[in-house]
Amino acid sequence: MTLNQLLTLLLPEIVLTVAAFVVLGLDLIWRGDEVRGRWLPWVAFLGVLLTLVATIAVWPMAGVGGRPLALTVGQGFGGDAIPMMALDGLALFFKLFTVLVLLIVTLSAGEYVQTHTPFRGEFYALMLLAGLSIMLASAATNLVMIYLAIEFLSITSYVLTGYLRDDPRSTEAAIKYFIYGAGASAVMLYGFSLLYGATGTTDLAAIATALTAGSTTVRWLVFPATIMALAGLGFKIALVPFHQWSPDAYEGAPTPVTAFLSVGPKAAGFAVLMRLLLTALPGFQVDWVGVLAGVAIITMSLGNLVALRQTNVKRLLAYSSIAQAGYMLIGLAALAPLSESWTTGLNGLLLYLFAYLFTNLGAFAIVIAVENRTGSAQISDFAGLIRRAPFLAVAMFIFLLSLIGIPPTGGFLGKLFVFGAAIQQRMILLAVVGIINSVVSVYYYYAIIREMFFGQAGDAESIPVTPSLKLVVGVNAVMVLAIALYAEPFIRLATESVQMLAAKF
Amino acid sequence: MPTNVVQIVVFAILTLMTLGGGLGVVSSRNLFHGALFLVLSFAGVVGYYVLLDAGFLAAVQLLIYIGAIAILILFAIMLSRGLMSQRQSQRNEQWWIALLVVVLTFVVLAVVLWQVDWPVASDQALASPSVAISQLGQELLGPYVIPFEVASVLLLVALVGAVILARETET
Repeated sequence: MTLNQLLTLLLPEIVLTVAAFVVLGLDLIWRGDEVRGRWLPWVAFLGVLLTLVATIAVWPMAGVGGRPLALTVGQGFGGDAIPMMALDGLALFFKLFTVLVLLIVTLSAGEYVQTHTPFRGEFYALMLLAGLSIMLASAATNLVMIYLAIEFLSITSYVLTGYLRDDPRSTEAAIKYFIYGAGASAVMLYGFSLLYGATGTTDLAAIATALTAGSTTVRWLVFPATIMALAGLGFKIALVPFHQWSPDAYEGAPTPVTAFLSVGPKAAGFAVLMRLLLTALPGFQVDWVGVLAGVAIITMSLGNLVALRQTNVKRLLAYSSIAQAGYMLIGLAALAPLSESWTTGLNGLLLYLFAYLFTNLGAFAIVIAVENRTGSAQISDFAGLIRRAPFLAVAMFIFLLSLIGIPPTGGFLGKLFVFGAAIQQRMILLAVVGIINSVVSVYYYYAIIREMFFGQAGDAESIPVTPSLKLVVGVNAVMVLAIALYAEPFIRLATESVQMLAAKF
Repeated sequence: MPTNVVQIVVFAILTLMTLGGGLGVVSSRNLFHGALFLVLSFAGVVGYYVLLDAGFLAAVQLLIYIGAIAILILFAIMLSRGLMSQRQSQRNEQWWIALLVVVLTFVVLAVVLWQVDWPVASDQALASPSVAISQLGQELLGPYVIPFEVASVLLLVALVGAVILARETET
């Protein structure tokens, strides 16, 4: 692959990096708080839009004929090319996913950032670079690249979590996140080193070949190595038992960052997990399916049970997002060979993630709007929202329905696909636990709905909503409904994205 | 596997340094002593690299871990003496759970190390040191150029982040 080709294929990443540095530079050059406060979010927004254009431009160049297109430069001293990243359906899906996350977060952050921190330009730059790391992680096919991208994501997340320096809760959140994160990364790296030691390569596809070709004693190593890798990735996804950091980090972090953390790192974690398990360890499926199923069950159950007792909406959504990750993991545990069937588990996972993106970011946009006015995010702050801001209340209702999984919302379609995959694979227990948990979750989501529609507001003044927040909430609500009502293109996108991964079975 | 006696003795001394240093880090009540034990542990790892014929790696370990990181930690401790000087116990009521987890992890890893037939690197990988270094450089700017560039962006991000978290606010 020539350098020109490589640079063309990396265009989305390059555009996003340049955009982040332009934001950083303009923040230094532009004088006057007024100008910077008003225009920097839009510069960031424009940068992400250009990234979207670049992503669409490279879309047709992705791997053809069922083989992912590997990005390589030159040759290693063994004479073989060493692929670092791939441009395939999965990578493109997550590029699109990241762009959508960044568009929504930069739009909804405006007023919050303006009033909460003096470091505004850096905020948007770090946010874009965190997005870059998700793109890199989801495209990485080499352990070196995977570790680097995950660490990149971690470091940007730590800084963004501790962004409110005068708020002790923000600092505490960042410290907890950092210490857990450092431990989880170290364990994951040890797992990677075992895989490298047994195979002598860091390329995922080559690891798969070496593991099946080599001596059968490697089976002793695959299981511990998988668990160790799962510790690092499960930390990013916030799977139980690697979840302890998430409620504190979600509560203490600036709300736009919480919105990002609840979606971005989860997506990156799932993307890497899918690639690692399906590209490097497909021959050892019996070893890891049981682990994933067990983790899915405890993640769903614990997330939902603890969420029942929360009074702070950010904390509640943190536990709810733990539970949601548990549902998604069912899709990976119940994966099936690519066939005529409508769900392979994997496409259910991606569809669920896609619906969850709009649902959760929409819900957080409303939390931001309420918090901008009331200064806190207790459930009681939502009392009487239907009279104070009818538009927000109705949109929140739609998002909560989607989180529960009631039609006609995207969340319902996602659940249908992952539970369907579990039933198809005769993993009835997984599906039953998932459905019971969905029923339990109605209770705490309904607590918010009850406050919004029937609660007595202490303060009857209407809540002003900035136009950009209104746009975000409106578009997200429409998308949540559209995914269910006009499902066909979304299902096709999810199915095509996993085709190359699933075809190997 | 070290075959002759000298190698075994050297290996034993290095292991004593590395593990003893590590034990000192987590058990010493004085933070400053802990940092000094960390230097000892790092020095043991340098010795391992030399034993493994990885001269460049040994030099890098010496320069970065002992020369930069450990010294920086010592500076940080000395500059924040007011906060850090009191002696603190390194144990709390959860020590036995930690011990249990550590022992279990050790058993699992020991079984893995024992049971797996580890592949041995080909002679090609054991090129003479000077050739190895130039190969390393070429690999870094060849096949590994994408991670190399990503690492540079990551360092910049860490720099910006550190400035944001530590800078005095003007207003």
